[in-house]
Amino acid sequence: MAIEVRIPTILRTYTGGEKTVSGSGDTLTALLDDLDSRHSGIRGRLVTEDGSLHRFVNVYVNDEDVRFLGGLETTLSDGDSVTVLPAVAGGSR
Amino acid sequence: MLALPKAMVDAVVAHARRDHPDECCGVIAGRDGVATRVFEMENAERSPTGFVFDSAEWLRVYRDIDDADEEPLVVYHSHTMTEAYPSRTDIRWSATAGFPHWLLVSTRSDEPEIRSYTIEDGVVTEEEVRVT
Repeated sequence: MAIEVRIPTILRTYTGGEKTVSGSGDTLTALLDDLDSRHSGIRGRLVTEDGSLHRFVNVYVNDEDVRFLGGLETTLSDGDSVTVLPAVAGGSR
Repeated sequence: MLALPKAMVDAVVAHARRDHPDECCGVIAGRDGVATRVFEMENAERSPTGFVFDSAEWLRVYRDIDDADEEPLVVYHSHTMTEAYPSRTDIRWSATAGFPHWLLVSTRSDEPEIRSYTIEDGVVTEEEVRVT
């Protein structure tokens, strides 16, 4: 099962500079475990120690933010595309 | 130093004034470090004290920039009650947001203040905004 994953510039240090990598897994969690086996450390940038999606990143499956799908338990199918972007926020408070 | 055409500076200031008293936010794309386009974005938080990019809009904007072989060069936002200087929140988010420049506009007085910074490893360095 091949899933294309688009990696933002800030995380390309984990992928040897590659913009797009390929992975497998029937959930987002499984996909991230698979990616981490070849791109060591990338999972830790996306998932917190208590196992939830890091607030500093957005992950999309087929352009839908997984926070509005099933989060890390979002199911994946062959041919799905996953995009990772930094979340962007700030402000005076 | 951040060089910006006057039209871009005017667009950012106009956006900040329009969204006042809420904070505004947006992105300036660039190519090889030269500013190319301004993307005015929604503040999903619609707040006078913070901003969050709408995740769906950010995906569309990022794709547009990436497909054009440009890069996200500047993130801009306004502070509506305080000076145009990065807050602790800004510094925290800068570590992961991946923007070379943080452009801030203060709309607390009638005369908007616009200032730019690089933030690396939590260290804020002001840089000149050169209007071209």
